[in-house]
Amino acid sequence: MTSMNTYEIIIVGGGPAGLAAAIEAHKGGSQNILVLERDRELGGILMQCIHNGFGLHIFKEELTGPEYAERFIREMESLGIEYRLDTMVLELRDDRTVDIISSQHGFETLQAKAVVLAMGCRERARGAINIPGTRPAGIYSAGAAQRFVNMEGLMVGKRVVVLGSGDIGLIMARRMTLEGAKVLAVAEILPYSGGLTRNIVQCLDDYDIPLYLSHTITNIEGRDRVEGVTIAKVDATRQPIPGTEIHYDCDTLLLSVGLIPENELSKSAGIRLDPVTGGPVVNECMETSVAGIFACGNVVQVHDLVDWVTEEARKAGHHAARFAQGRLKEGSPDLVTRAGHGIRYVVPHTIRVGNLELEVDLMMRVTEPCKNKNLVVRHGETLVKKVRKAHLTPGEMESIKIPVEKLRGLSGELNVCLEEVAHEA
Amino acid sequence: MIDITIIGGGVIGCLIGRELSRYRVKTLLVEKDSDVANGTTKANSAIVHAGFDCKPGTLKGKFNVEGNAMYDRICGELSVPFKRNGSLVVAFSEEELPELHSLEKKGKQNGVPGLELLSGDEVRRKEPRLSKTIVEALYAPTGGIVAPWDLAIAAAENAMDNGMELRLDTEVANIERIEGGYRLLTAKGDAIETRVAINCAGLYSDHIHNMVSEPCFKIIPRRGEYFVLDKSEGNHVSHTIFQCPTPNGKGILISPSVHGNLIVGPNAEQVENPDHVETTAAGLSAVREAATKSSPDVAYAAVITSFAGLRSTPDTGDFIIGEAKGAPGFFDVAGIESPGLTSAPAIAVHVARLVRSFFGNLTFKTDFNPVRRPVVHFSQLPNEAKAARIKKDPRFGRIVCRCERITEGEIVDAIHRNAGATTVDGIKRRLRPGMGRCQGGFCGPRVVEILARELHIPMTEVRKDRPASVLLTGVTKIGTGG
Repeated sequence: MTSMNTYEIIIVGGGPAGLAAAIEAHKGGSQNILVLERDRELGGILMQCIHNGFGLHIFKEELTGPEYAERFIREMESLGIEYRLDTMVLELRDDRTVDIISSQHGFETLQAKAVVLAMGCRERARGAINIPGTRPAGIYSAGAAQRFVNMEGLMVGKRVVVLGSGDIGLIMARRMTLEGAKVLAVAEILPYSGGLTRNIVQCLDDYDIPLYLSHTITNIEGRDRVEGVTIAKVDATRQPIPGTEIHYDCDTLLLSVGLIPENELSKSAGIRLDPVTGGPVVNECMETSVAGIFACGNVVQVHDLVDWVTEEARKAGHHAARFAQGRLKEGSPDLVTRAGHGIRYVVPHTIRVGNLELEVDLMMRVTEPCKNKNLVVRHGETLVKKVRKAHLTPGEMESIKIPVEKLRGLSGELNVCLEEVAHEA
Repeated sequence: MIDITIIGGGVIGCLIGRELSRYRVKTLLVEKDSDVANGTTKANSAIVHAGFDCKPGTLKGKFNVEGNAMYDRICGELSVPFKRNGSLVVAFSEEELPELHSLEKKGKQNGVPGLELLSGDEVRRKEPRLSKTIVEALYAPTGGIVAPWDLAIAAAENAMDNGMELRLDTEVANIERIEGGYRLLTAKGDAIETRVAINCAGLYSDHIHNMVSEPCFKIIPRRGEYFVLDKSEGNHVSHTIFQCPTPNGKGILISPSVHGNLIVGPNAEQVENPDHVETTAAGLSAVREAATKSSPDVAYAAVITSFAGLRSTPDTGDFIIGEAKGAPGFFDVAGIESPGLTSAPAIAVHVARLVRSFFGNLTFKTDFNPVRRPVVHFSQLPNEAKAARIKKDPRFGRIVCRCERITEGEIVDAIHRNAGATTVDGIKRRLRPGMGRCQGGFCGPRVVEILARELHIPMTEVRKDRPASVLLTGVTKIGTGG
C-alpha cells in the first residue's frame, strides 16, 4: 500500500462531531488527518438549523447552526486538515480500512491508524407506518421539511399538524409559523415531551400552538395531498381511546418521532452496539469494541445540545491521536457502568482507569420525568458521587464528572441510579 | 391517424404494447396518471401463480398456466427480477382437505406441472416457521414471485425502444366513433384518432367500454390490504404460503418478495369506487389475525410499510377479452383480477393475435429487439466495476440514497430511459430510494432536486405521484424557489 492512501486518522462525517474530533486530533499531534463528508458541504445538520441557541456552553454566546459550524470549519481549514466532500464511505473493516467513492476520485480503499466515527443520526421514519389511511404527498419528517424550508427556500405546506414533540418538530412548528403557515397542533404519544423545555416554551407556548400529550394520529385523509388528520387520546397501553378524536383540516403532517444513531458502517466493521442507545458500546476514550475505531456525537447517543457533541468529539479526537501514536493503554476495562433505577443508559459503558487524564464524564438519560431526586454513582455500597437534581426529564441529558482519584484501584461495576432525597430534619 | 391506441398503462397495457411493437404499426399507449404501473399493478401480492385454483375451461385457467410458463423468458429479456420460489397451499383441518384435493385435481386439469400433496410434517420440514396445526399442503414448484411494476415499466420501455409512443397524464374522457375507427377525447381537451382501441383501463374498464358499446359487465373494486416487513424478515418463509381459498379470494398469503422483504396480506373488501386505496385499522388487523394461523411468529415490529390495492373484479366471474359487441376494432381486456399478473404475458400475445387478424395481416419489424438495456445496480457491482463505472460517468460516484446505496447516475438513468420516471414515486418504484430505513428522510429533497434539474422544471412543480400530489406549496419569504 502506498503512502497516498494511508492516513494517521480518518474521520467519517464532517458534521459538528467530525469537525471537533479532527481539530482535537490535530492538536494532539496528528499531522495526517482526513475528514470524509458525504454532503456537498461541511457542517452536517447544523447547516439547516438556522435558529439560534447553539454554543451557549462552548462559546458562552448564542449562535445559529451555520455560525457554530463555521467556527470549526475555519479552524480546521486554518490548521490545514484535509477533507473531502461528496464522498461516501461504503464499507468499514475492523482492520481500519475503508472503501470510499466519490465522483472526483472514484472508488478507493484507504488505511488509517485510527478511525473516528461521526456519522450522526437519522430521523425515525416509523411514525406514520402504523397510521391507517392514505399515503398522500404532504407527509414529511421534520428534518426533511427543515431542509426544504431553510436550505432550498421552499415551503412544504400551509396548514400543519406535527406528530411527535422531538426538538426538530418543535423548532419546525415555530419555523413554519414564522413563514406564514398555520400550525394547528403538536400531538405526542407519551405523557411528556421528548424535547427540551426551552423549545416547548419558545416554539409552542409563545405562538399559542397546542401540545396534546398522550395523543396520536389515528387517520390520514387525502388521495393526492394530505387533506386532514385525526388525532385521539391514548390510554396507558398507547391505544387510541374512542370518542376522544379531534379532526384537523390540514395539508401537511410533520413527523418528529425520534432520532436513531446511524450505525450501518459500525455494524459492517463488527462493532458492538448498545441496544438502548442504538450506538456503539464505548470506553472512557470513546473507543468502540474494535481497537482503534472511535466514535462520538449522535452516532453514539442522540444529544440534545451540540455543545455536548463537541465535547464528546474532542475527547474522541484526542484519544484517537493518542492511539495512533501508540500512547493509549489497551487491555480489558477496570470498570463497567450500569444504568440502575430510573436511568435508561450510561455512556461510556466501560472505563480503563489508567487512560483517564483528569476525570471521567458519565452521560445519561432518565427513564421518565421526575422531581427532586439524587443522581447517585455507587461502587458496591460505596458512594462515589451524589448530585441533587430538582428536575429530571428524558428529553435532557444529564452528566456527572468523577475525578480520576476517586476511581483508582476500583474494579467491577459502577452503578448509576436515582435515589430519593432523604428527609432532613 | 394512429393504428392502435392502448388505453391504460398497467402491466396488461404495457405488455400488449410490447407485443404490438413487434409489428409495423403506429401504436400509442395513453395513461391517465403520471407513470405507468400506477394502479392495481403497483399494489398487489406480486405473485406468479402456478394455476391450480382456476376453474378448468375458463380464460383464467388457460392464461394462468400459459402465462406462468412465459415468465422466465420475458423477465430475462426485460431484466426484471423473477424467482420460482414455489408455493404451498396449507390446510388446517380435515374439513379443508376436500378443498385442497380439489385444487390438486383442478391444477392437473389445467396442466400445472409438478403438483404434490405434502403431509404436515413434510410442510414444516420445508418451512419450519409454519404453524403446527397444518395437516396437509399442496406444493406447486412453478409458483413464483416478481415485482409487477418492474415488469410493466420494463415492458413499456422496451415497447418504446421498438417504436411505441407513450403519453402520460392523458385521461380518456370520451370516445366517439369516426369513419374507420375512433376518436378519443382526453380530459385535457385533445383528440386522438385511432383505427383500433384496446381497453386496458383496469378499474375503469367498464366505464371505458360503456363509451362505445352496450354495458355488459361491471367492475367491482375489491380492496386488499398488506404489510411489508423489513428485509431482516425476508427469510421467514421461502415459499409463498397460501391458505385454502374461499369465495372471497385466495385468502391471506405470506411470501418473500423478489426484493427480499416479507409481504403479508391481503384481505378482501368491496369498496365503492377506485379512489379507496386507504388502509384501515380493521383491515390490517384482520390480515394479521388470519396470517397468524399460517405462521404464529411473524415479527410485526419489523413492518416498514403497509399499503392497500384494488382488484378489478368483474361481475362476470372471468376475464373479459375480445372485441366489444357492435364496436369493430374496439377490444376489451377487462376484469383482469388475480391471476391477472401471471396471465399478463399470455393475454398480451393473445390480444396481439386478435388485433393482427382485425387488420388482416401485419408485418413483423425485422429490427425488433426484445432485450431491454440492463439497469445498472451500482451497489451490486464488484469494486473494480464500481471504479470503472464512476470513471465513465462521475454521477455514479455520488450516493443519493444512503440506505439503499443508490447513486445519482442511476436516478438520472431512470429519468431518461424510455417510459422514464417523472415523479418521486416513479423514481422510488424504479430504484427503491426512500424504501429503506429512512423512508426518504435524507434522499427525498435530493431526489426532488434531481428531477427538477433533469426535467427542466422548478422544484415546486415536482410531484410525488399524480398531478394533484403537490410536494412543495411555494417559496419561503426570502426563498427564490430552489
